[in-house]
Amino acid sequence: MTSPPVRPSEKPAGAPESAPTSVSASISASISASRLQRALASDFVYDFTRAPIAIIAGLVVLFLFLVAILAPLVAPTNPFDPASLNLMNGFTPPMQANMFTGESFVMGTDDQGRDLLSAIIYGLRVSLFVGVMSVLLAMGLGVSLGLIAGYVGGWLDNLIMRIADIQLTFPSILIAMLIFGVLRGIIPPDLRDEMAIFVLITAIGLSEWVPFARTVRATTLVEKEKEYVQAARLIGLGRHQIMWRHILPNVLGPVLVIATITLALAIIAEATLSFLGVGAPATEPSLGTLIRIGQDFLFSGEWWILTFPAITLLALALSVNLLGDWLKDTLNPRLK
Amino acid sequence: MVIILARRIAQAVLVLLLVALISFAIFRFVGNPVENILGQEATVQDRNEMIERMGLNDPIPVQYARFVWDALHFDFGISYRTAEPVAELIASRLPATLELAFISALFALVAGILLGIFTAISRGRFLAGLVMTTSLVGVSLPTFLIGVLLIWLFAVELGVLPSFGRGDTVRLGFWETGLLTASGLKSLILPAITLGLYQMTLIMRLVRSEMLEVLRQDFIKFARARGLPERMVLLRHALRNTLVPVTTVAGLQLGSIVAFAIITETVFQWPGVGLMFINAVYFVDIPVMSAYLLLVGTLFVLINFIVDLLYLAIDPRIRDRNLRGGG
Repeated sequence: MTSPPVRPSEKPAGAPESAPTSVSASISASISASRLQRALASDFVYDFTRAPIAIIAGLVVLFLFLVAILAPLVAPTNPFDPASLNLMNGFTPPMQANMFTGESFVMGTDDQGRDLLSAIIYGLRVSLFVGVMSVLLAMGLGVSLGLIAGYVGGWLDNLIMRIADIQLTFPSILIAMLIFGVLRGIIPPDLRDEMAIFVLITAIGLSEWVPFARTVRATTLVEKEKEYVQAARLIGLGRHQIMWRHILPNVLGPVLVIATITLALAIIAEATLSFLGVGAPATEPSLGTLIRIGQDFLFSGEWWILTFPAITLLALALSVNLLGDWLKDTLNPRLK
Repeated sequence: MVIILARRIAQAVLVLLLVALISFAIFRFVGNPVENILGQEATVQDRNEMIERMGLNDPIPVQYARFVWDALHFDFGISYRTAEPVAELIASRLPATLELAFISALFALVAGILLGIFTAISRGRFLAGLVMTTSLVGVSLPTFLIGVLLIWLFAVELGVLPSFGRGDTVRLGFWETGLLTASGLKSLILPAITLGLYQMTLIMRLVRSEMLEVLRQDFIKFARARGLPERMVLLRHALRNTLVPVTTVAGLQLGSIVAFAIITETVFQWPGVGLMFINAVYFVDIPVMSAYLLLVGTLFVLINFIVDLLYLAIDPRIRDRNLRGGG
């Protein structure tokens, strides 16, 4: 008979803790070992192993990230290498031999005979790169501004939060489009395609910083009244050191949740912009670009050119969203 | 009350001036206006004349004031791409967007409230659960994919509805409407559903949770105890109490509908201001972008302002708190 599993934080008080019993030779080893043990015994891992949806979503996200990172190794062909393309292979349906060359492709080919699976893998790479980088940009900007607004206060706080309020009235996709257009206007025309990815990252990043700033500001306002901050001030630490070394680590919990949800938003925003033709260039197609190309062939019956990129995008966005939802519920003690 | 009103108006005007400032900055500093109008081959003399005529040598605040003044008179400059006045371009395309937004909002409101009531009163039944799950999937789908999906189903597979354009339109004065012809109405169905779906699910969920909340309250029990028919209880007593938050959310979502119309209009090649904006971004047509920003900014500020006032008028608690707060 095994006793029902117990949430680690609900262990009876007498239960032995796995923590610092070893006084043995290598102290650092024992510390890292006990850290790992502690991590594995945490509520967080406990909850994760009991949330099937979170596990599936996590696996899908992990798989897609791995495929994107290892794209040159896992993709059957390099879709950007003109030598690997054969126009005769154009419009080969999935899992069928081409009627001219006899070659067959798992997901078929597009109009230029490009293997769709490879195009999707490389497109996924672009989508994830843009998504992750713009979330990092939004996070860096939002966390910094939120921290400054919360800790310094005064007119700076007023200014930052007013801008945030105004920006929040407008849908972020609209702001991203506008920033994209302005940056495109600033960049000389012959560099527009080359810079498109960075323009895209900047546009999406700048359109998503507000939730980070608001949350971090609110948490900072609470944290800065706590005793450890007063103690740090008493021993004469500077404002910057207190903000970045002492308060910052304590406000990062909610930031993780927002980052995950923002990643889903950023991926969809990127796909939307690319679909509209104002995102990733045709030389570096993302999933959104592939869907736009596929839409043109919908009427002539080549359904696969649209369907497979769309399914990949959906699986990605949905999994990241589910993961974010689960994180939000788990890290929010009020919902338990 | 007058003081609150004055303060709200002042705030709205301030935000509008800020939006105008950003519009102006884009208009004036992104790219080179003179070169964009005259082209690269213009002589130095031509250029200087143009600079003088556009007043680009004046101090920046003067230029900004002139920009706002012109905008107040619906003068937004000339499109770099088509050389048409931007105001005419917008005027010819605005009716299409407004009709689409209006029908979408109507669809979102009616379908959202009906489905919200349905899922609230038949909670736990299979069909209600199905509606809720479907709505969750619908929300996760990006707008453009919903559009593509609808085109595939109704235009390609079934072939019953048109997949692009506005169909036949009728001219009523300056307003070109598609609401009066059969093909115009048919063309409206798919874009309107695409655009309104997200707002519909939002309103549905809101109505559902508010209904569930209200149905638990004592006055509903009293109404039932008084022997009122169930339909009366639901519509006259329960639904009425959910309408305050629904009005607010629906009002605020109206702005989003206009913004997301950009995506829907592109998918369905709907000739409205959204499609105009996307083309402007693509071709870096700065005056059109700047005018669009001004237009949408004004719309958003206006909507927020009206919703704020409605809120004040509807909910006495907020009104009193604001008065006590020194107004």
